[in-house]
Amino acid sequence: MAMSATRRRLLFGIPLALAVVGGEGFYTILRRMQRNDYDPHALPSPLIGKRPPAFSLPGLNGGPGFSNLDLLAPPRPMLVNWFASWCIPCVQEAQMLDWLTKNGLTIWGINYEDKADTAAHYLAQNGNPYTRIATDISGLTAINWGVYGVPETYLIDKTGIVRWRYAGPLTPDIVNGTLNKLLRRYS
Amino acid sequence: MKRVLLFLLAFLPALAQAQMVTRDGVTLTQTQETRAEAIGDQLRCLVCQNESIEGSSATLAKQLRIIIRQHVVEGDSNKSIMQFMVQRYGIFVLLKPPFTPLTYLLYATPPLALIIGLLIFWVARRIRVTPPAPLSAEDAKRLDELLQ
Repeated sequence: MAMSATRRRLLFGIPLALAVVGGEGFYTILRRMQRNDYDPHALPSPLIGKRPPAFSLPGLNGGPGFSNLDLLAPPRPMLVNWFASWCIPCVQEAQMLDWLTKNGLTIWGINYEDKADTAAHYLAQNGNPYTRIATDISGLTAINWGVYGVPETYLIDKTGIVRWRYAGPLTPDIVNGTLNKLLRRYS
Repeated sequence: MKRVLLFLLAFLPALAQAQMVTRDGVTLTQTQETRAEAIGDQLRCLVCQNESIEGSSATLAKQLRIIIRQHVVEGDSNKSIMQFMVQRYGIFVLLKPPFTPLTYLLYATPPLALIIGLLIFWVARRIRVTPPAPLSAEDAKRLDELLQ
């Protein structure tokens, strides 16, 4: 018995259309991953579009700490970077943070669940890119920010609003591909 | 007798107190602990993403277990404790995703799969080649002759 022409066309066409649409989708995902436009492991931070939650943390070894009120209106967009001396990926991004500071970006650090002397030793060894350092010994402020591991970096614009969160060490790809664009947009 | 009973009754709250447990440094009643565990079982540990907060040994999971228990002791509702977590970590923290525009497609997948399956079944049935009509008596006779 012969199939009708329409049915034959449908039986051939539908799987082909599905394969084309699916392939196009996967291709877009892979291309964007390659361009560092899209990270399937990245979690969207609920803090984006909002100001950081209220906190007030002491500084490191008698230095000045800071609170959420100090982040209300920075003169230029700035970064808040969560770090710890026990964190290996933090060492990986230390050079990048130094380079960013030398190129005029302001970075404030929050030392996460650390000891003052080991933190000081870490900074002496890996360089100190931070204008100000606060210490979150209990890790409770981190929970309020939604930090789930160090390093984490938050971009804060001139109105004090968080525009971007990156979990993991900052790499040249991330800085060139994403951060620079955002800094230009919010400057 | 009545007096003895009353005396015993006076000790009932103390008995309830004896049911206290301590988990991750927070002391609470067994009922509260059961409730805290039920909440923690529904939350994803973000450090080791396919474990629940209750089942994970990560430091962050432990801190969150403490926070859950403190809120339970303070008498907060399950809903407000879940809300506390979602506000900080987003809906990804919920092991069971809520029904929001972002998850419509996710929840529509089983019915969609069923519909596609039924469609395939229907098309397959329709295109099944109908078997040839049974031989008539005459044809059967002729076939027999030929085969002999």
